[in-house]
Amino acid sequence: MFLGKVIGRLVPAVVYPGMEGVPLLWVQPLDKNQSAEGRPFVCADGTRMAGPGELIYWEASREAALTLEPSYVPVDHAVVGLVDDVMIDPQNGLSNATPNDSPDNSGGDS
Amino acid sequence: MILARVAGRITSTIHHPDMKGRKLLLLDKLDAMGQATGAHVIAVDAIGAGAGETVIMLDEGNGARQILGVSDMPVRSVIVGIVDDLG
Repeated sequence: MFLGKVIGRLVPAVVYPGMEGVPLLWVQPLDKNQSAEGRPFVCADGTRMAGPGELIYWEASREAALTLEPSYVPVDHAVVGLVDDVMIDPQNGLSNATPNDSPDNSGGDS
Repeated sequence: MILARVAGRITSTIHHPDMKGRKLLLLDKLDAMGQATGAHVIAVDAIGAGAGETVIMLDEGNGARQILGVSDMPVRSVIVGIVDDLG
């Protein structure tokens, strides 16, 4: 899985059977420090929760189709989830751990 | 499998149901000499890797699902080992 930022939405007129109602998002892949890296592509959003500007993590290949129901659909990129927080360890230089969340706190549902 | 180093953590509360309770680690991919290649990957931690540790990451869906024990989980990156020494 990789970081990405939702930069837009697509509304298809005709879709492959099984893809009805699946939101299609325009996603810009990011590097570890959340700067743009590579060309934007279209992601199917099984969570149906991601909107423009949101930080997400996406997956490619067959695993992307597995995020959807029915999963036997022609999808090669999909949103797996929305990112609440990216905590980079201090010795990695950039540290953006949120003040109220110490690195060793497992933080409930992660 | 590929070599990687734990660079950080991702927290996420809105995600695919199968991801519930999974620990997501942000990894730097490493080359054969243990140097960061600049690429990152987010992997599910199956063994409890800690910050800064060098790990082995499986990068294939079928094996990942066998390890995590969920038949159609949308994951292909799973941490399967911690490296003690790069000989």
